[in-house]
Amino acid sequence: MIAVIDYGVGNLFSLTASLKFLGAETIVTNKKEEIQAADRVILPGVGAFEDAIAKLRATGLVDTIVEETGKGKPLLGICLGMQLLFEKSYEYGEHEGLGLIKGEIAPIEEDLPIRADGEKLKVPHIGWNSLKLKSDEPLFKYIKEGDHVYYVHSFYGRNCLENTIASSNYDIEITGAVRSGSVYGTQFHPEKSGSVGLNILKAFIEL
Amino acid sequence: MITKRIIPCLDVRNGRVVKGINFEGVQDVADPVEMARFYNENGADELVFYDITASVEERKLFSNILTDVASQIFIPLTVGGGINTLEDFDRVLKCGADKVSVNSGAIRNPDIIEQGAKKYGDQCVVLSMDIKRVDGAFKLFSKGGRENTGIDALQWAVDGVNRGAGELVVNSIDTDGVKEGFDLEMLDAIAARVSVPIIASGGAGKMEHFSQLFQHPGMDAGLAASIFHFKEINILDLKEYLRKEGVEVRL
Repeated sequence: MIAVIDYGVGNLFSLTASLKFLGAETIVTNKKEEIQAADRVILPGVGAFEDAIAKLRATGLVDTIVEETGKGKPLLGICLGMQLLFEKSYEYGEHEGLGLIKGEIAPIEEDLPIRADGEKLKVPHIGWNSLKLKSDEPLFKYIKEGDHVYYVHSFYGRNCLENTIASSNYDIEITGAVRSGSVYGTQFHPEKSGSVGLNILKAFIEL
Repeated sequence: MITKRIIPCLDVRNGRVVKGINFEGVQDVADPVEMARFYNENGADELVFYDITASVEERKLFSNILTDVASQIFIPLTVGGGINTLEDFDRVLKCGADKVSVNSGAIRNPDIIEQGAKKYGDQCVVLSMDIKRVDGAFKLFSKGGRENTGIDALQWAVDGVNRGAGELVVNSIDTDGVKEGFDLEMLDAIAARVSVPIIASGGAGKMEHFSQLFQHPGMDAGLAASIFHFKEINILDLKEYLRKEGVEVRL
């Protein structure tokens, strides 16, 4: 059973539909007991960091998430859900995250270089980008170097090389996926990344 | 690097995909769910669905089709047509849409862009514009390209982005259905004024038109309907061609 944490942030249709498509039993929940009973946990999220971390804390589930992952239960944070796993975010101010992944969330725009035409690349970083993968990561056992995934975001994880397991180039190296023990996160949307995304979710289900 | 996107557009009426030429003379083409599956398997990077129905019954049918598509096809889905209120955003997002495209609804009430962006994020709001040259100026048209609003289209694009639109679909009425290439002059004029992704629409007739489009650095995606629906161009072949031409694509 996969518990998808429901804390009122974002649209869960595609995520639950893709898990169902893969044949995984899924429960969308904000109940501590159901998260404890699940084999694995997904933390979704779309929107602003400050609002999302406040809503997540308001559910009272943060301790449960930290405890369960501490016992080795696989957790996957997706998009903003990945960003919440970091130590802190500089999205409109400075906000403390869950601290499960070392590093910080910062505006992409701030780090983009100016190109030869005098412009920077566009922000948000929207669209399909190819992945550079760290080898032998179980999350990537069904995909290969150079496969494309779908991103939509304006902030990204940095100073997190130690935990980075995939990245994509957008004039700078954009952190694509992170891992610390059983805690995983993807900046891209596997539930929107076609067969590559489904294969990442499949690998997560099999962890 | 980020890839250029190829996006087929499916106009849905009464449960079927249809295609008109110069916004008129609508022809029946296919079943939307089958077509979406075909495109997903053949290299489409994203799908756009326009609900061009009028009645409440047909709208329900559209919602069911959308739910069906979103339950089996896991690439970004944009939905437009009849989006006038936040309730309309909510209705299509609940059926599995990822982005919502506003057009005439935003002309009637520009606040809908801001409201949608605030509630669902900028990335969720796509401003779609039908533009035509009138006396040497780019004018914004409403109601599926039938009515000149008198609004300056370039200013409308800038205002729309300032209100929170995360992407623009720029459809040239002058080149739509003509198949002699995208309206690069119009597209460049808009790209020079905004910094959000631009999806070019109207005028693609052959593969070369897409490589011409992507030689313009401000262009992020090319959208077309009939040439894909009638299998004049296969998207996988198009992408192979673009890759050979040095354009980054997802294959």
